[in-house]
Amino acid sequence: MERHVKLSRFPRAGSVVAVGALALTLAACGSDPEADTGSGGSTDSGETSSLSGELSGGGASSQEAAMEAWRAGFQTANPDATVNYDPVGSGGGRTGFGDGSYAFAGSDAALEDDEMAAAEAQCGEGGVIEFPGYVSPVAVAFNLPGIDTLNMKPDVIAGIFTGEITAWDDEAIAADNPDADLPSTDITVVHRSDESGTTENFQEYLAAAAPDAWTYDVSGVWPVKGFESAQGTSGVVSAVEAGEGSITYADASQVGQLGTVAVGVGDEFVPYSAEAAAEVVAQSPRTEGTADSVYSIDLKRDLPGTYPIVLVSYSLACGTYADESTAELVKGFMTYLVSEEGQQAAADTAGSAPLSADIREAVLPSIEAISAG
Amino acid sequence: MSATAPATDTAESTARTRALLTTPDTRRRRTDRTMQVLIWAAFVLAMTPLVSLVWTVLSNGAARMSMDFLTLSMRNIFGGDPSGGIYHAIMGTLVITGVAALISVPVGILTAIYLVEYGKGALARAVTFFIDVMTGIPSIVAGLFAISLFTLILGPAVRMGIIGAVALSVLMIPVVVRSCEEMLKLVPNDLREASYALGVPKWLTIVKVVLRTSVAGLTTGVLLAVARVIGETAPLLVTVGVTDSINVNPTDGRMMTLPVFIYRQYMQGTATCPGGESATCVPDIAMQSAWGAALVLIVMVLALNLVGRLVNRWFAPTLR
Amino acid sequence: MFRWIAVGAGVLILAVLAAVALFLLQQAWPALTAGSDELAAAVPRFPEGTSFLGFVGPLVFGTLLAAALALGLATPVAMGIALFISHYAPRRLAQVLGYLVDLLAAVPSVIYGLWGISVLGPAALPLWEWLNRYLGWFPLFAGDVSSASRAMATVAVVLAVMILPIITAVSREVFLQTPKLHEEAALALGATRWEVVRTAVLPFGRSGVISAAMLGLGRALGETMAVLMILSPGFLYSFKILAGAQQQTIAAYIAADFPEASGLAVNMLIATGLVLFVITLAVNMLARGIVARRKDFSGAN
Repeated sequence: MERHVKLSRFPRAGSVVAVGALALTLAACGSDPEADTGSGGSTDSGETSSLSGELSGGGASSQEAAMEAWRAGFQTANPDATVNYDPVGSGGGRTGFGDGSYAFAGSDAALEDDEMAAAEAQCGEGGVIEFPGYVSPVAVAFNLPGIDTLNMKPDVIAGIFTGEITAWDDEAIAADNPDADLPSTDITVVHRSDESGTTENFQEYLAAAAPDAWTYDVSGVWPVKGFESAQGTSGVVSAVEAGEGSITYADASQVGQLGTVAVGVGDEFVPYSAEAAAEVVAQSPRTEGTADSVYSIDLKRDLPGTYPIVLVSYSLACGTYADESTAELVKGFMTYLVSEEGQQAAADTAGSAPLSADIREAVLPSIEAISAG
Repeated sequence: MSATAPATDTAESTARTRALLTTPDTRRRRTDRTMQVLIWAAFVLAMTPLVSLVWTVLSNGAARMSMDFLTLSMRNIFGGDPSGGIYHAIMGTLVITGVAALISVPVGILTAIYLVEYGKGALARAVTFFIDVMTGIPSIVAGLFAISLFTLILGPAVRMGIIGAVALSVLMIPVVVRSCEEMLKLVPNDLREASYALGVPKWLTIVKVVLRTSVAGLTTGVLLAVARVIGETAPLLVTVGVTDSINVNPTDGRMMTLPVFIYRQYMQGTATCPGGESATCVPDIAMQSAWGAALVLIVMVLALNLVGRLVNRWFAPTLR
Repeated sequence: MFRWIAVGAGVLILAVLAAVALFLLQQAWPALTAGSDELAAAVPRFPEGTSFLGFVGPLVFGTLLAAALALGLATPVAMGIALFISHYAPRRLAQVLGYLVDLLAAVPSVIYGLWGISVLGPAALPLWEWLNRYLGWFPLFAGDVSSASRAMATVAVVLAVMILPIITAVSREVFLQTPKLHEEAALALGATRWEVVRTAVLPFGRSGVISAAMLGLGRALGETMAVLMILSPGFLYSFKILAGAQQQTIAAYIAADFPEASGLAVNMLIATGLVLFVITLAVNMLARGIVARRKDFSGAN
């Protein structure tokens, strides 16, 4: 072990300088994209009041795609404002809204009584504003080459998703689709592996429309064991795309080229479309016995001519906020969110069904009344 | 070889031995060959995923590379919009890993010094043992630890870069200690004794002689430790949250990092393009961005590895 | 003074490890002590009428299954590579090849996940179908093959690749430590190269390889992203590694559910994390114990 050592020739300072220089070069050249468009000197709409500051909300991840569009639209109009949205899930959003950590929230279900009490205590005298800001049709999508659409009654859908119906050429499916050339392939059911509002909503639909065939308790987690599953909407869609003979339920905007089910409502079959989905929300009655600022709906699954499987996701805000700038930001953001422009942006990005004019008229007054208090 | 054995027996046994040694034993030879092939095959088998992975990342990621992709953030970019980039994620990764290194390197090097220069007895044995154990902490558990700690201090639903940095330090410290310990052990005792003989106190000997001699090795150790944690995803997923704007302040709000960005883009799936595919709307843009970010990340990791090894090779004291 | 700073750093590390255990325990406590009704109300995935252990059981099973499969796949290959680098490869190349194997360890796990789902999965699907068709009687290969290759088998292959480098590195060290005299004695007796390996190198390195494998096991137990991105999860005690929706690992379960959890559900996730921590701690301590008993092979001396 004879070792002769020369002292290191390594220049210690050198590495530090090099790393620092690298970091500086990087730091100098990056920017948020809007900075570029801003330097062009043109602000497209003259009338935008320039709100500024940071607004944080959170909640249902189903709203995330739409929220990206809304945030982008709002931040473009108000370059000094930043809106954050944490996709922490509906439960987390409601909790965060109730304890004041979020100024606004998104939730796949309307507030329960005790949550409403907590939220009202947090919001103060202005009360809670709640409205169905995001309505997304849920498609039942399948992968069968050459077949774009199939008619299915609620009982049949429930039969497939409980595992009672296992082959595509089952009589129950064939009976409603005399023209389709159904293969004898086995049906592979794919469901969401994560907890999701889409899952809960789909089960609510099954429980309401096919109470005999669907006997499981409704929850955000898929109750039937032993089926394939994947995480997130993109996960189930790509799993179905990869496997012939598979079927899933997914936000309609994401199903791409997959075949979709025309759902039996009464005696007719309604294929999914944003209009038919918007119709079910417009025609369903408003829940009674709530404050004026709370617009929740009692979704009906059997209105003729409407597409009944829709995810109704609520937006939550307070009527009063402690400080002026938060109140202004929430007011501006919510106004944009329910505006025709905002709803259209969400429809383009997230495939949601735009809010009907009636509902907009009903909620706008409470939003415009948001103030600091 | 008894001396009483007849001469003929000796000759016979010699002949037998020679035959045994020179005639090829086909069965043994064949086993030897087979095993050689198998062992080569094992190596080739292990290289296949590496080559396939690097190739996939390169070919898929290169298409997405552009100046904009590296210097813009994703603020106000949504749906199938192909503009925007990963600058916020790159900065987030650099800041969080940097803070993690700031925490881990001093602690790690000091611990290594303690173990090599001072460590004796039960404490040193315990530290050595538990550092080994610590290298095995699952990264997600480190994330849970950091978030539990900060939840306790700052209340629920808190997400900031520094929490991620603490989680990464838990993973990084043992790696730094391990490699620095090895490097410090390489410094020959003669040097230390020569220094003592000149009347230099122990702490000054450590700073001026031991550390000075092993600085290249320490740099390598630190760089490799950084490379080890820079790609960690799970702990950041539960601690740092996500954002699409640039945030370089680790104590204020959510940050984006490259690994989390890759995961989020992968999860995003296909974008809807109302007017079909066009220059402003690309349906599979999220997946393309994921591959692009993967390429940047892998280049960072490989560069750190390469620089680390080269530093050691070029600047290490020549030990002969 | 300097001495005490150094000692302090050492103690700090012990404190950090203790803190990890303590904070996890502290945050897990509400879930550990809550009744099963409370848990069922807070955690949607929690089936009514089960205890905490009943819920974690399948997750522990899935975690162990994934790690064991990965270990079974990786160990023989890793030993092959270690022997290749220590005894077969041309001397000049050996070091470079060693670096190449180490690079496998440097690739971030999220990229392994991306690669696993988009390259390996489709590539391995025919093999899984073949195994299922001809060896379907064997419990591991029973069931319906996951049509998108989102099954435990694919996960196991990716995990095997990820733990390959650590097993290789440790085994390689041990094999290189084989006393030269033993090898030369074997050669002098006319042994072929393989016989040298079998009679001198392998017996000498046995305990080293065992502990290397256990270190790999520790790594595989805690791996998150690759499992999260590839596996179609289920909560069953099932050995069907080709079918989807059968098993789930603790780490992937936490990563999947944590971002959307709140209240008691968070405590619940941290409690499962604590279980994982205890398992990996036990495995690692066992492995290090074996290594410590043979101090002589630590690289530097």
